Amino acid sequence: MSAENVGDRFDRLPATDEDRAVPGRPTRAAVLEWWDERYGIEPATFAEYSFWERGAGKIWAFRDAGTVASPVEIQGLGMTALRARQEHWKPTLEAAQRFGDRASKNRIALPDAQARRFLAGKDQAVSWDGDWGYLIVTHELAGDQVPLGVGLYTYGELASMVPKGRRREL
Amino acid sequence: MEVLERYEPLLADSAAFYAACRRPLPAIVRVNTIKADRDRARAALEAEDIVHERVDWHPGLFRLPETQPGANWPYVHGWLHGQEEVSALPARVLDPQPGERIWDAAAAPGSKTTQLAALTEDTGLVVATDKNLGRLASLRSNAERLGVTNLAITHEDARNHSLKPFESEPYDRALVDAPCSCEGTVRKNPDVLEEWSIDHVEGIAQVQAGLLRRAVQATRDGGTVVYSTCTFAPEENEAVLDRVLGRESCQLVPFDSPLEAAPGVTEWQGREYDPSVRHARRIYPHYNDTGGFFCAKLAVGA
Repeated sequence: MSAENVGDRFDRLPATDEDRAVPGRPTRAAVLEWWDERYGIEPATFAEYSFWERGAGKIWAFRDAGTVASPVEIQGLGMTALRARQEHWKPTLEAAQRFGDRASKNRIALPDAQARRFLAGKDQAVSWDGDWGYLIVTHELAGDQVPLGVGLYTYGELASMVPKGRRREL
Repeated sequence: MEVLERYEPLLADSAAFYAACRRPLPAIVRVNTIKADRDRARAALEAEDIVHERVDWHPGLFRLPETQPGANWPYVHGWLHGQEEVSALPARVLDPQPGERIWDAAAAPGSKTTQLAALTEDTGLVVATDKNLGRLASLRSNAERLGVTNLAITHEDARNHSLKPFESEPYDRALVDAPCSCEGTVRKNPDVLEEWSIDHVEGIAQVQAGLLRRAVQATRDGGTVVYSTCTFAPEENEAVLDRVLGRESCQLVPFDSPLEAAPGVTEWQGREYDPSVRHARRIYPHYNDTGGFFCAKLAVGA
């Protein structure tokens, strides 16, 4: 294994700090712990997943039947799940939608009009007395609260983290 | 429509065929069962007051007579994906099972890839290959919105597809939804006929045969390959099958088409094809009020 991150290939995350060969690369253990501590999403959720880095800090979750050997130079492996290698790790919209229904904390439910503004990429004042930082945003659809994406809460305001290509004016 | 006149000898009712080709296609969505089951998706359509009608043959397809697929909550959540009705056929014919290894040889922009992933219940492995990077970006974006996580994407000419990243193990099933002259999409894109030329048809037929050969080679004995196009041209359909049958270890097998279809043609413009190509199915637009399509199922091995 090379000693630094190679931007255009997938490298499986080391299981623990002791297994780490590439400086700064997060471990699988740290990723599982982060989902659990920050959002209350249990590690068992990811039992069938391996995590890979491609692009500095971009972590992908792959439902892994043990069929891909690391490293591998291909264009996609599972879905982008989070951005690491920065002080506050940030879940992707895709991971929030796929796994966010298991979150028991740091999730905020928006009423319909606010959810629409959030989807359009707009920042807005919200009432939230929990932690600052990245929150999983939900809204009601067909009778359930369903996760929609990720917002950044600071100073009474929720900034929409919906990527440009996913924004919509409904 | 002049281009299509060459197919009159294959048609019992060419007036109905032309009339259907002139009508625009209705908007159709497929329920993405990775993120929502049919009842939940339907409840979301109802909650959003979106008029929808079930499509008879496929429990997860809905016609949206009054709206476009992309502008509503269930779409944003990846519970729905806009996909032409007839293009939902080949993945159903391939019939992937949970835990299997599947290859989509001409994958972008990913409607069928994501349907394959849903049919495996997002388990096993789906490998999606395409040689056009721009279209691969669309594939990735679709796969992410639909929440697919068992997918590996490769950028290469599928005729030289390498199994090396995947433990060099062959696939259980492969789909070749081949690039083609697209005549069958005339209801969506009438310009397609203006770009038509016999040189293009004959050139692309070489590529199609190369793709299908590689798919057969990359699939295990006893595995299944489905070949499909959205063209009526026998040069790109039965002739491609005929060519590959003679060169690779595979045979055409019959299958029940849930859509009304005609058998593959064994003769075209004085050329004869292997009689087993009749097991393939030709779907003309006037049969089921869909786009035009061709679909064949092959068993790999002796």
